[in-house]
Formats: sequence, structure tokens, C-alpha cells
Amino acid sequence: MNYALRDIRHNLGRFAMTCVGLSLLLGVVQSMVGIYRGLVEEALVVARAPAADLWVVEAGTQGPFAEASRIPGDAREAIARIEAIAAAGSLTFQSTEADRGGTRLRLYVVGFERGRPGEPEELVAGRPIVRSHFELIVDRRAGLALGEQIRIGRNAFTVVGLVAGHSASGGDPVAYMTLLDAQRLQFELEPSAARVQAARGAPRTQTDTVNAVVARLMPGEDAADVAAVIARWKHLAAMPQSAQENLLTYSLVDRARRQIGLFTVTLLAVSGVIIALVIYTMTMDKLREIATLKLIGAPNRVIVGLILQQTLAMGIAGWAIGRVIVAFAADLFPRRVALLPADTAGLLVIVVILCLAASAISVRVALRVDPATALGG
Amino acid sequence: MGAASAPLIELRGISKHFGSGDTRVDALRGVSIAIEPATVVGLLGPSGSGKSTLLNVIGCITEPSEGWMKLDGEVVYDGRWLRRNLPRLRLEKIGFIFQFHNLLPFLTAVENVAAVLDLAGERRAAALARAEELLDYLQVGRRKHAKPAKLSGGEAQRVAIARALANRPRIVLADEPTAALDSERAGIVMDLLRKVAIERQTAIVVVTHDEKIYGRLDRIYRLRDGVMQAVEERAPAAP
Ligand SMILES: Nc1ncnc2c1ncn2[C@@H]1O[C@H](COP(=O)(O)OP(=O)(O)OP(=O)(O)O)[C@@H](O)[C@H]1O
Ligand SMILES: [Mg+2]
Repeated sequence: MNYALRDIRHNLGRFAMTCVGLSLLLGVVQSMVGIYRGLVEEALVVARAPAADLWVVEAGTQGPFAEASRIPGDAREAIARIEAIAAAGSLTFQSTEADRGGTRLRLYVVGFERGRPGEPEELVAGRPIVRSHFELIVDRRAGLALGEQIRIGRNAFTVVGLVAGHSASGGDPVAYMTLLDAQRLQFELEPSAARVQAARGAPRTQTDTVNAVVARLMPGEDAADVAAVIARWKHLAAMPQSAQENLLTYSLVDRARRQIGLFTVTLLAVSGVIIALVIYTMTMDKLREIATLKLIGAPNRVIVGLILQQTLAMGIAGWAIGRVIVAFAADLFPRRVALLPADTAGLLVIVVILCLAASAISVRVALRVDPATALGG
Repeated sequence: MGAASAPLIELRGISKHFGSGDTRVDALRGVSIAIEPATVVGLLGPSGSGKSTLLNVIGCITEPSEGWMKLDGEVVYDGRWLRRNLPRLRLEKIGFIFQFHNLLPFLTAVENVAAVLDLAGERRAAALARAEELLDYLQVGRRKHAKPAKLSGGEAQRVAIARALANRPRIVLADEPTAALDSERAGIVMDLLRKVAIERQTAIVVVTHDEKIYGRLDRIYRLRDGVMQAVEERAPAAP
């Protein structure tokens, strides 16, 4: 006979309420972890999209995401000529506000060269950009429809294709346009004084600049070796894809990670205290039954089992219901909530450990109950 | 007296004190008793005289301070417990009946009785069958699937008696088993205990303040300040 289960069924309403309360708490814990994973994923999407092996940026910078980087547009040709390089493409990155029929829309604009690394692949709708001007591929979270026109800078762009899951580390949806359009946009957004000088024909800073060149290597080539070669050139620096990703995860989202991590640990501590309190009251309410069980000869393991099983049932039910709630709520968050199976499993392990620790006091109390108290009188 | 009527409960010079120095309470002082099978004895005395303490000592719940005790043919205490696993000892030898029934509220009547057998390691089906049989014997069989909260005081007490008898103990200890019952029901419960004592060759010790049930006891022990004052043999009418 399982006493824990029978007792739960006897007080089912109360037990269910406790589980639901706990599940909300554990749901928040799971969302926090999901939000953190979402942050990392979002931060990496733009860097991963070109499927590059190598990032070439301005010398002395860790661009283009962690620091500003500007390199001449002709750098790409020079890089593409290196024997170890299979293909290379110039990219620009900038945040901008678009005008969508009067409402503002924040976009992270990526300028790319058609047919070269950096061009968005795997569209979920529409077609690639075919004209050299004023066509746009946007992330579907921007909420734009195919064929819709929006104003970016001085020009109207038409949405021709949609991608999914492309967002900048700040959470803005990505919009892809041709490099020429993007460079013009960067120029337009320069301080007006500089533009006036340029209009007067003053020697201007070069317009043909890009923020980075991404390159794919020939099979068998080592990214670090090629990076070392490029680094010898004046004005340029290079880092392998893995270094770029590390940079993004560890420098860009590091603070967010610690912030969320600390919050998650706090929530777990709160959950632990609540589990301990609930189990403690449940045990105190059952002291008489525990004394009776002891008196009629129940060994300690039956008493400990009663408490531990109830704690674990509560913790695991809370975890599972929390997981379901978060699965449904994930899409309601404005930014991505990434629920990784490994995190969910990890949390289960933590919850189990938490439950075992939280029931320690109750187990102690229960084991100290004097069977004589059951006799009364 | 033949071997069959050798005492089931035998205490020699059992003392028990609580605390020490100024706060020392001598709850039992050199108590010696012997109770044979098929006997219902009453334990009487004013409040604080040590009745519950004596019952708890016999029930292996409270450790005596000194003395010697033999239960059902086994010396269990001789200046110290001779068995380490006292819960097991209780499970094997002793049935308890409480003032308030103390049934487990989350189990049905039949499960409450079966729990004792379950703890002793009996198979579930066999335990339930025996529990039902006992409830029938105590005339509460038709309430077997009720939870304790749904039972009347008399029914609950009879279920509790069934539980005390489930593991076929030769010793049954009852602390004020009739205190919560009216005199008619108290009489029924006492008659049941007498029937059990005779039919199952059991020694039953009943702590009581209830004069109405004196007529149903084979012997009365009177305690005062932890000292056994008088033993009174009686000849109750057959139940
Ligand atoms: N755990 C304990 N700690 C200290 N003193 C105790 C303890 N248990 C009992 N006593 C004392 O031992 C004495 C005998 O108590 P006991 O409970 O055996 O009396 P009783 O005859 O059952 O009384 P009542 O009729 O009121 O139930 C009392 O003075 C009581 O205060
Ligand atoms: Mg008492």
C-alpha cells in the first residue's frame, strides 16, 4: 500500500493547488532559462547566417558586432584572391528605423552582395532579391507582408522575401538589402554637415566602405592560418567563425547572462524555501498519523518514504505543469524563448535535489515523533 | 497451571523515572505483574499514577529505567532492550487500541486494518481478505469501504480493535478504549474484547477510569504514585 499516494488522494484539492502554485514558479524559472538561451541564439543568428569560416574586420577591432569596424569595399576582392579562400562577400550592419505607413519599425539592416557569402538563404516565403535596388528580405517577426512597401531612409523598399528566426542581439528583426542600398543608407544617415561638404564636392571620406567581409575556405584549409595571413595586411584583422561566436556569447550577452543567472538562482532558492515550507506544514498536519504508523510498527523507511514521495510528487508535478505552461506561453514573449531539452532535464535534476534537501527538516521532525503521542489519554 | 497458561506479560521490578534532580518524576516504582492468556485486566488509578506509562512500557514504546520484562515467551528487557528493532517487535507481538480511534484518515476501514499486515510484509490480497474477515467478526464489515471520518465513534473503535488484532498479537493494549463511547457502546466494545481474549488466547490490558466496565474485567490492578497498590481478582459473567 502506498501511503503517500493515498494521502495525496485524500487531500487532492489542496495538493493540486500547491502543485499549480509551484508550477507557476518553476514555469518562471524555465522561462528565465529560455529567455537566456533565446538571447544567446538571437545574438548568434546574424553571425551564423552567412555560414562563414572567417570574419575580416578593421584592424584593432573586434567587429563588426562587438565593436564598430570599417574597411574599404575593395578588400573583398583582395581577400577572394587568396588561394585558401573559396568565396568572400562584403557585409554592412546597422540599426535603423523604418517608416511603415506612419508607424516606426526598428530594423537591423544587413547589406550583402548577391551571389556571395552573406546572402540570406532558406527563405520561408517569397523569393531572393533579384534587382540591385529597393528590394528587401525581412524576418517574419517584423510583421511585414510580401509585397508590402516601407520607407527606409529616403527610399521605399518592397518586401520580396521572408526569413524566420533572424534577429539582432538587441532583438530587432533583421532586414536584408543589397550592399549598394545599404551603403547609401549609411551615407544618408551620416551627420548632415558631412553630407553638405560632400555635396560641395569636397574630398569625402570613401563611400565604398563595408563593416566586414565574410569568407568561406577551400576544403582542408585552417581558419586560424588564413586569419594570420590576413592580419599581416595593413588595416585588416581576421578571426575564425568560432572566435566570432565566442565573442558574441561571452562579451555581448555576458552581462545579460549573469543578470538572468542570478535571478534564476534566486527563484530556485525561493522555490526550495516554498517546497520546504509546504512539506513542513504537511508533515506537521500529519504528526498524529505518523505517530500511529510508528506505533503499529511501521519502520522508519515507511515514514521517510511517505514524506519524500510526497515532496518529489509535488516537485515533479510542478516542474511538468510548469513546462507545459511555458510551452504555451513561449510565443507570447516579445523576444525568443528557447526551451532546450537539456535545460528542461537539468532543471528536473535540480528540482529533485531541491526537494530532497527541502524535506530534510520534515524528515527529522517525523523521525523524532514519539509513537506514544498516538496513544493519547 | 500448565504451559498453556504461562504468563504472556511478565514484569519484575519495573521502574521508570522522568527527568532528574528537582524535576525527577518517579512514574513507576518496582512494578511486578503477570498476565495469563485469555484474560482481560484493568489498570486503574488516579490521574498521574502511571497507568499510561506502564502501558507504554509493556508496549515497548517507553524504555523502563530498570527491571525485567518478558512478552509472549521472549525476554525483551533486562536493564536494557534486548531487541534493536522495536517497531518490528510491536508489529509481531502487540496490538494497540487508542482512546480516540487514531485510524489513518486517508485509508478506508479495511485498508486501515490491512495496513498492519502490509507493514508486516503480507501480500496485499491476503492482507485485505484477513482485514475483511476481522471487520466481519467485529460486526463492522458493511462499513469496510468507508473512510474513518464517515464512521461513528463505536464503528471507528471497532475498526481500531480489528486493526489491533490484525497481526494476531497475543497481547493487546488499550488506553481508555471506551472513553469516547456511551455506556451501551462501551459495553459492546468490552464484550468484544472479552470474546477476543477467550477465543484467541490473548492477554488484554485496558487502562480505564470507567467504572461501568469494571464488571467485564477478570482482574483489576490499582496504581498509586507509580506503586502497585492492590490486585483484585474478579469473575465476570461470560460475554
Ligand atoms: N514524557 C514524560 N516526561 C516527564 N514526565 C512524564 C512523562 N510521561 C509521564 N510523565 C509523568 O509521569 C507520571 C505518570 O504519568 P502517566 O501518564 O503514566 O499517568 P496516568 O496514570 O496515565 O494519568 P492519566 O489518568 O491522567 O492519563 C505523571 O506525573 C506524569 O507527569
Ligand atoms: Mg494516561
